[in-house]
Amino acid sequence: MDFSPDSELESIATEARQLAGQFDDQYWSEKDRAHEFPWEYYNAFAAGGWIGIIIPEKYGGVGLGTLHAGTLLNAVSSCGGAMSAASALHISMFGMGPVIHHGSERLKEQYLPPTATGELHVSFGVTEDDAGTDTSRIRTTAVRDGNRWIVNGKKIWNTKAQQAQKVLLLARTTPREECAKPTDGLTLFLADLDKRYVDIREIPKLGRNAVNSNELFIEGLPVTDDDVVGDVGRGFRCLIDGINPERIMVSAEAVGVGRRAIEVAVRYARERVVFNRPIGQNQAIAHPLADSHTELDAADLLWKYAAWAYDNGDRHGGAANAAKIRSAEACFTACDRALQTFGGMGYAVEMQVERYWREARLARLAPISQEMATNYIAEHVLGLPRSY
Amino acid sequence: MKILVCLKQVPHQDARLDVNGDGTWIKEDGIKFEINSYDTYALEEALRIKDAGEAEVVVASIGPDRVTQALRTALGMGADRAVHVNDAACQGSDALGIAKTLAAIAKEESPDLILMGLMSDDGNASAVPPMVAELVGMPSATAVVATERSEGNIRVERELEGGAVEVVDVPTPCLLAVQSGLNQVRYASLKGIMAAKKKPLDVKTAADLGVADAVGTAGAKVKIEKIYQPLRGEGAEILSGSTDEIVSSLMNKIKELGLL
Repeated sequence: MDFSPDSELESIATEARQLAGQFDDQYWSEKDRAHEFPWEYYNAFAAGGWIGIIIPEKYGGVGLGTLHAGTLLNAVSSCGGAMSAASALHISMFGMGPVIHHGSERLKEQYLPPTATGELHVSFGVTEDDAGTDTSRIRTTAVRDGNRWIVNGKKIWNTKAQQAQKVLLLARTTPREECAKPTDGLTLFLADLDKRYVDIREIPKLGRNAVNSNELFIEGLPVTDDDVVGDVGRGFRCLIDGINPERIMVSAEAVGVGRRAIEVAVRYARERVVFNRPIGQNQAIAHPLADSHTELDAADLLWKYAAWAYDNGDRHGGAANAAKIRSAEACFTACDRALQTFGGMGYAVEMQVERYWREARLARLAPISQEMATNYIAEHVLGLPRSY
Repeated sequence: MKILVCLKQVPHQDARLDVNGDGTWIKEDGIKFEINSYDTYALEEALRIKDAGEAEVVVASIGPDRVTQALRTALGMGADRAVHVNDAACQGSDALGIAKTLAAIAKEESPDLILMGLMSDDGNASAVPPMVAELVGMPSATAVVATERSEGNIRVERELEGGAVEVVDVPTPCLLAVQSGLNQVRYASLKGIMAAKKKPLDVKTAADLGVADAVGTAGAKVKIEKIYQPLRGEGAEILSGSTDEIVSSLMNKIKELGLL
């Protein structure tokens, strides 16, 4: 067991923080208020080659792993941009995982290089409101029509669909009742997000407002065999290489947001004097912050372990889900305690912690709810009977 | 062409600084460090010369293990090699001890140009650059805000008091100490960071450079006696009322004090 700092990961964290540090709380507060995509921030990271962190060198990326991408996302989320800063970048990382691991050579050659440079934006189109986490029940279908497929259906919570030119779309190509397993018969397409066939509607939401979330209404969208990622009917298996890295990366981000919240709360607790002493001298203030610090330490180790396991070929989701559960709790608790530390002013936009708090809430819901992640642990790690 | 850029790693501008136990320096445990901001402009200037043609950029720094990160950053930004004087004996060096160490590196490297920041964000002494220039026998210019290179010469603009600018021709090889804002400093790219891992980073001691007697508190002619937070004065008065009332009250107080 070697816990000594890794110079490569340290460099990534230091330099990413240096670059993200140019975009301060004021910048993110304004983007949040205006619901504007953070182009200046995104372009700065694209210019530095950061978007292609996990894309293989052969396709113009740097060819690093989930641990490195998590380190980058942890760093940027700890600089004031919170989940918005991470989400502006991360779809280009885990979102293209299925293409990296299962895509045809043609797909990789055509779409990975522009993803690495940041020119190509891809949205993730899996979730549907009628299916929720029960992915096998999605209603979006792709029906064979000569040498192409026609897609009809509806998707929800499509991050960055307003900017994306492509969508990694999961559709049923064989009726569920005709399949040996419910998750068979699903096919993953890297489809054009063609507005002639797809109506994209932004969802007003609680936080992370610099990065849009959307509903997609798909009607008659044509896709071809060349757009299929992996094999027809086996899309769910390909998705695993997007879903687990997504959980790990969001865990890393959540720890970053929590760290930021504790950092600003500690600074305030040291400086704010009431009854002739800094409020941080009171254990009612100090202990929750110290407790959150240790919870974030634990979550930090957990996501790093999950990332290391994934990068070393472990495709079981136990560690990824464990990291997701613990980091989401540690993050939200840290932000809530930070807000409490500021007292009434914590509720004011100018102190920024209310924004962290709103963004932190997301980690308990996405990319999977705490409850469903816990179900995964109960069923697949502890071996208990499935509860649903 | 070879360019030597001397970097100092200083506490991060956002770091909370506390005085250490014996009141001689700050507590360094648990705070983040970064490259001295003035030195980043020096490095950027060197990298621009490199980008424009053939130049090797060597970065040098003195300090403990943590300084490796600053040098890795510089290599990630595009520098070719690094020299790290990592020697506990250097702890407590004064400006002359630092200058002698950097001059020893300069003598080994024989650069055509030495670039440094005008001063450090933590010490603010501006003492080291002219000392290095004297020790290596190079002409130098400080507070450089613009450069224009020609064969055997660099025409520099120096920032003087009151907004005046002085134009000076400095024959090369020379040392330039640059003012902040000289250029727009780049960030290390991810590919640059990865490439930096393979670039040479030589670690040396003061003895290796023949300056063991000049460094550390033993070699220092200037010793820090005490560092302390400025004492807070008593009797601050908070004015209240409408803006007009506050302005009026403030003006009266200024007049009472005879400041107008």
